[in-house]
Amino acid sequence: MSDQKIDQYRREFLGKTSAAAATGAIAPGVMLMSVGQAQARPLDEAVSSANRWGLLIDSNKCADGCSDCVKACESENAWGSGSSDEQKSDAAQKAQWIRTVTLKNKLTEKEHQLPMMCQHCEHPPCVDVCPTGASFKRADGIVLVDKHICIGCRYCMMACPYKARSFIHEELNDQAPDVPRGKGTVESCTLCVHKIDRGDGSTACADACQHKAIIFGDLNDPNSEIAQEMKKHATTQIRADLNLNTGVRYRGI
Amino acid sequence: MKPVVHYSAIEGRSLAYWGLLGTFGLLLLLGLGAVWVMEHNGHYVTGMNNHIVWGMPHVFAVFMIIAASGILNVASIASVFGKKMYKPLSRLSALMAFAFLAGGLMVLMLDLGRPDRLVIAATYLNPKSVFAWNILLYPGFFAAVLVYVWFMMEKRMNQYSHQAGLFAFVWRLLLTTGTGSIFGFVIARNGYDAAVLAPMFIIMSFGFGLAIYILSLMATCRWSGRELGDSVVRQLKNLLGVFIAAMFYFVFVFHLTSLYGTENHGFEAFILMDGGIYTQMFWIGWVVIGLLLPLGIVYHPSMSKSRAWIGIASAMVIVGGLASMYVIIIGGQAYPMPIFPGFEVSSSFGDGQVISYAPSIWEIGLGIGGIALALAMTTFAVKVLPFVPDSLSDELMDPHYKAPEPEEAEAEAA
Repeated sequence: MSDQKIDQYRREFLGKTSAAAATGAIAPGVMLMSVGQAQARPLDEAVSSANRWGLLIDSNKCADGCSDCVKACESENAWGSGSSDEQKSDAAQKAQWIRTVTLKNKLTEKEHQLPMMCQHCEHPPCVDVCPTGASFKRADGIVLVDKHICIGCRYCMMACPYKARSFIHEELNDQAPDVPRGKGTVESCTLCVHKIDRGDGSTACADACQHKAIIFGDLNDPNSEIAQEMKKHATTQIRADLNLNTGVRYRGI
Repeated sequence: MKPVVHYSAIEGRSLAYWGLLGTFGLLLLLGLGAVWVMEHNGHYVTGMNNHIVWGMPHVFAVFMIIAASGILNVASIASVFGKKMYKPLSRLSALMAFAFLAGGLMVLMLDLGRPDRLVIAATYLNPKSVFAWNILLYPGFFAAVLVYVWFMMEKRMNQYSHQAGLFAFVWRLLLTTGTGSIFGFVIARNGYDAAVLAPMFIIMSFGFGLAIYILSLMATCRWSGRELGDSVVRQLKNLLGVFIAAMFYFVFVFHLTSLYGTENHGFEAFILMDGGIYTQMFWIGWVVIGLLLPLGIVYHPSMSKSRAWIGIASAMVIVGGLASMYVIIIGGQAYPMPIFPGFEVSSSFGDGQVISYAPSIWEIGLGIGGIALALAMTTFAVKVLPFVPDSLSDELMDPHYKAPEPEEAEAEAA
């Protein structure tokens, strides 16, 4: 995040909080209406289920051999090549928030690839099985891990049908300020929650995709690009049979 | 003359006793040392990774937890099903059930990524999590068994020991159901996602628990110089045979059900035919060593009369039990998840591939440490409290032995 952006965010935040304080003193009911239209959500305001954040991934557009989305995620969230950590862990032990998967049709042998990450289910099995509630879903549909109460039991990794989660096998020292990670806890794609909360309106993977194969947006907003695209084209959920109502949808599988 | 069973603490002053306790203590220390290495460095020193997330510690822990509830079965047969012969065996049964659950939980807890957050595990409970149910079931089991032991040992409370035993029995069924459901409710993987896992775990607990109990009883009586009559050994051996047969039935039904659905053919072929170590573990470890050979021994006309062979059969059930846990827990994770049915899948994250797993010495050390804790607790407890009967001779235990009226003798033996 550039300094300019930080300043802009600070100005917006301060402006809104002082406005909120003023309206709060004069007319409490008015405040909700005015803040509801803002792009960035102030930190003291709860996440709303009015939004359902998600991704639409078009595997027809996803170029073979391209891994820009993975690299962007690594650098944004400081894992893999985006961090100097995890030098002791072997390949199967290193974190992988997003990966490209190559699918080959068994009959026709046609190959295509797509990015896989946490599917941000409406009914996430990882949240069901988590003994402490560390694995949780926000009102706006983002599935996260509370690093303060994760005990590292890895039951969520057993339960996730998408193999979307990673366990941290060693001490970390090179985290990004916005992205808490730590030894002995489980993590996965956060849908760039820190970017969403500051009003960026996109994720690192969607920003990075030159082929426009990843669209980020609000599934609940009928005017959003993602909702419009999903209205026009047939889309699928991975493991739709499990009825998890995923927030990440695909075209072209 | 009314034969009455007396209990007393073992003397426990011999060099052999202290040697035994010292050995268990040393193994426990080595196990804790392994934990220190794992927790200090992080799990990268183990064979576990992001695909095989539960490794050798879970094989030991789940085995011990289901065995613990099975060991209590010996006591339940007396208190719940009214078989008088099992009554003198009850105290040791309850003690060992307690000790094995403690050992299993030690392994489970110390393998957590953050074992320092045990308090969080106990205070933040997600009511929908099967794990959270288990977190409530474990202390409940400890409490139920403690009360049961107290009621059995305290004369004034003897009259309530039946109720306490019944409660502990129901609780142990819930506990093993909970353990089986940890796997049974996992919809994501072909190897789990089967309701039959819960009753299968209960039957397995009967078998593993009884096998551990038979060996421990033989060792305790032999090393403390107390008589163990043939009638007790024969009864326990026959029961072991029934449990092995029941385990065999459940394994058969589990795989038959799985085989019927085409979607599971890949997984079944992996376990039954071409899964390498998992196939070997299944056929050689679980089926042959764990089921067929001990079944043959306990029903063999001459071998079944030999204590050595009965001991060997019990040891085989334990080895087979560990193998079965390995196949279920590790094999279930090693086989790729059906994320994209109908496609051949490949990625940098092991999609579509069978994942290899080699347990580290630390994981095995932790598992053995858990068993050492259970055995050390038992060895220590039989020295300080009267858990073991002075004698389990045929005269006391066999209702037909010199007894003109069997019913009367049975009642008195109690």
